[in-house]
Amino acid sequence: MENFTPVASLVGGVLIGLAGAAMLFFNARIAGISGIYGGLLNAKKGDTLWRAVFIAGLLSGGLILSLFQPQMLEFEMNRTTGAIIVAGLLVGFGARLGNGCTSGHGVCGIGRLAPRSIVAAITFIITGSITAIVINHFFGGSI
Amino acid sequence: MAAYIVLFLCGLMFSLGLGISGMTQPEKVIGFLDFVGNWDPSLMLVLLGAVITYFIAQRFILVRETSVLGDKFQLPTRMDIDPQLVVGAAMFGTGWGMVGFCPGPALTSCITGTTEVLEFVIAMSLGMYLFGALHLRYSREPDGGASPLDHPNTAGAQTSARSA
Repeated sequence: MENFTPVASLVGGVLIGLAGAAMLFFNARIAGISGIYGGLLNAKKGDTLWRAVFIAGLLSGGLILSLFQPQMLEFEMNRTTGAIIVAGLLVGFGARLGNGCTSGHGVCGIGRLAPRSIVAAITFIITGSITAIVINHFFGGSI
Repeated sequence: MAAYIVLFLCGLMFSLGLGISGMTQPEKVIGFLDFVGNWDPSLMLVLLGAVITYFIAQRFILVRETSVLGDKFQLPTRMDIDPQLVVGAAMFGTGWGMVGFCPGPALTSCITGTTEVLEFVIAMSLGMYLFGALHLRYSREPDGGASPLDHPNTAGAQTSARSA
């Protein structure tokens, strides 16, 4: 538990919730990152600008973090390129197939007590845990 | 114009929250998912903070007829649990557990240009594009699902009206 960061994680979580709530309050939309970003990749006329603006905001937040709190974007990863690509494909395809990711289902969906989102979030937390445990305890923490 | 300014700020606040909370550090995500090992419960507080904040806010927001900028609420309408939902979430969870990145944090970290992040985002984008291209079930519904609590004024709102 030595890596536990309760205050920062709670504050960050509240910020995420507020950002989602502000989007509902002002724009009447669900802040689901995979849906918003995925809709840009399979673009449909007249439905791209609002998505691009939101993603631009998201990327700008990343820029601010990299300038003022660069350690928040630093990490160590023992993963091969192949593993990263397989994981990326699974995350991208799975998020679209399941109609949401950690933000759409995990925050906005659970926050509205939507049954589909509760099922999806339980499913991805269980499968994510099994995967992480198998990699850490059977493959020595690197694939 | 106001709608775009707010959308930009929402995206910005969202990614700042991701960074502050630790979601942009894959080792923290994996430290949470692997509860058998040296468990890091931080992500539970991220989820709790975000969900409770959103839950309280939406109770006040969704009694309105429209959003502040006059748009009809665009909420998911589906309530059924179909195989695609479970299979998709299981694929997502497997990929998430493999490297510790999900879409929001990966996009937020793009700016660093780190090889791992770029590889992940390119593969993730390809996965999303493939899904759309295959037309498996390409719905224009927002992420998430419908809730039995959704207000009659907002439940099943159509995607036509908007001023964005």
